[in-house]
Amino acid sequence: MSEGMMQADQPQELEGEGTDLFSKFDTTIAMRANLLASGVEDPFSLVMEKVLSPTRAICNGRDTILLGTYNYMGMTFDPDVIEAGTQALREFGSGTTGSRVLNGTYQGHKECEDALREFYGMDHAMVFSTGYQANLGIISTIAGKGDYVVLDIDSHASIWDGCALGNAEIVPFKHNDITAMEKRLKRIPAGAGKLVVLEGVYSMLGDVAPLKEMVQIAKDNGAMVLVDEAHSMGFIGDNGRGVVEDAGVMDDVDLIIGTFSKSVGTVGGFCVSNHPKFEIMRLMCRPYVFTASLPPSVVATAATSIRKLMHGSNKRAHLWENSRRLHGGLSELGFQLGTDEPQSAIVAVIMPDLEKGAAMWSALLQEGLYVNLARPPATPANMTLLRCSLCAEHSEEEVETILGMFERAGKAVGII
Amino acid sequence: MDRAAVDTSIRSILEPFNKKAVAVTDATTFAGDLEFDSLTVMDFVAAIEDEFDIIISMNQQAEIERYGQLVDAVTKMVAE
Repeated sequence: MSEGMMQADQPQELEGEGTDLFSKFDTTIAMRANLLASGVEDPFSLVMEKVLSPTRAICNGRDTILLGTYNYMGMTFDPDVIEAGTQALREFGSGTTGSRVLNGTYQGHKECEDALREFYGMDHAMVFSTGYQANLGIISTIAGKGDYVVLDIDSHASIWDGCALGNAEIVPFKHNDITAMEKRLKRIPAGAGKLVVLEGVYSMLGDVAPLKEMVQIAKDNGAMVLVDEAHSMGFIGDNGRGVVEDAGVMDDVDLIIGTFSKSVGTVGGFCVSNHPKFEIMRLMCRPYVFTASLPPSVVATAATSIRKLMHGSNKRAHLWENSRRLHGGLSELGFQLGTDEPQSAIVAVIMPDLEKGAAMWSALLQEGLYVNLARPPATPANMTLLRCSLCAEHSEEEVETILGMFERAGKAVGII
Repeated sequence: MDRAAVDTSIRSILEPFNKKAVAVTDATTFAGDLEFDSLTVMDFVAAIEDEFDIIISMNQQAEIERYGQLVDAVTKMVAE
């Protein structure tokens, strides 16, 4: 790594009237330098030298249990998935070198969209190059000038960026607050187009949205509803369709956004819908049109993985067992958690501050455990979190090992 | 409702958010003088929206930096 990243506030001497445009980052550069000066390993430049399985890797030279990936269903090393990708790589080459609407739609892209339609039981499916682009594209395209987007304040960056890219009026409401959402919907001028944007699982605390109530209120007020199910696909709901399925509101939701980079185990994003005019999105949506389509190997692995997730009920059951055990165990040890009961495959451990959080993260890594360190501005209420995301491939014994690591590290750092 | 009445009402809503008891004039800035972060802004805006039964979208909020601008904007919205 270059020395430069560690140096705070040294604006380059520029000729004439010029200003160093990078000087606006000085506060962040200084914060990072202070953190590293405390002796912790850099939480934001970890390298995995070898990946042994969905749950283990060699990180910074150490054999490490992975508890901070989004590999919820452990599909990344599934033999059928690997085989499908390998075959597509050989038969269709390494990339498409083109947009979906020009030369970038192969048989594999159609098959992947077929798999999604079947998985969700919906009429239309559109595959994007990333989940970020799916939110960016759909939100900015359907909500235009004079329309209103009503969204949860804790929405993911891709949702906010979709709002920023479009020209609609943006109206946030307090996290998961049904009344606050309803009040704002009712105040929107008559005749304006309305889009309510919600997430099934909010990834920072791992809590679930009250979709049953919220979707009903949105419909009662004439709004269309988009739900991002990135962190619930494959795991929540009887068929793994997400919180919308679990809440029984599949038929009332207009658009579901999802990703291949979590339970599906590769990269890419999608939107599924029953809207009769949905296919026009392929021509109107700029983040879909003006980028290269996914490589053939990626859509082949995604399609295979999605079809296997339809029959993943045993894995789903084991993942719930893991989530309950980890949540219960960490509570008993005295850690403060993001939710009172386990609501998803994410268990967020609340740290007193960034320094303690980084020290705890570092101590866990030395124990051989990787978790996500999340800090403001990504986190709600400026919290520092150690986010644990479980995998269906974590064994019962591994979860006990993880609890032991948390106990030792927590005592060493002085958090419990 | 005239500007003075809106001002009085917003002042009382602002009080619990004004942690350092900064003296508020029309020129007072939310980000600089009052040190509001994004969460405080959300709670403060929500309280005003509920009081006057209006929407202040984020697009509109982006144009409001000073206390006086907020009073002007709300007075205008209430009149419409």
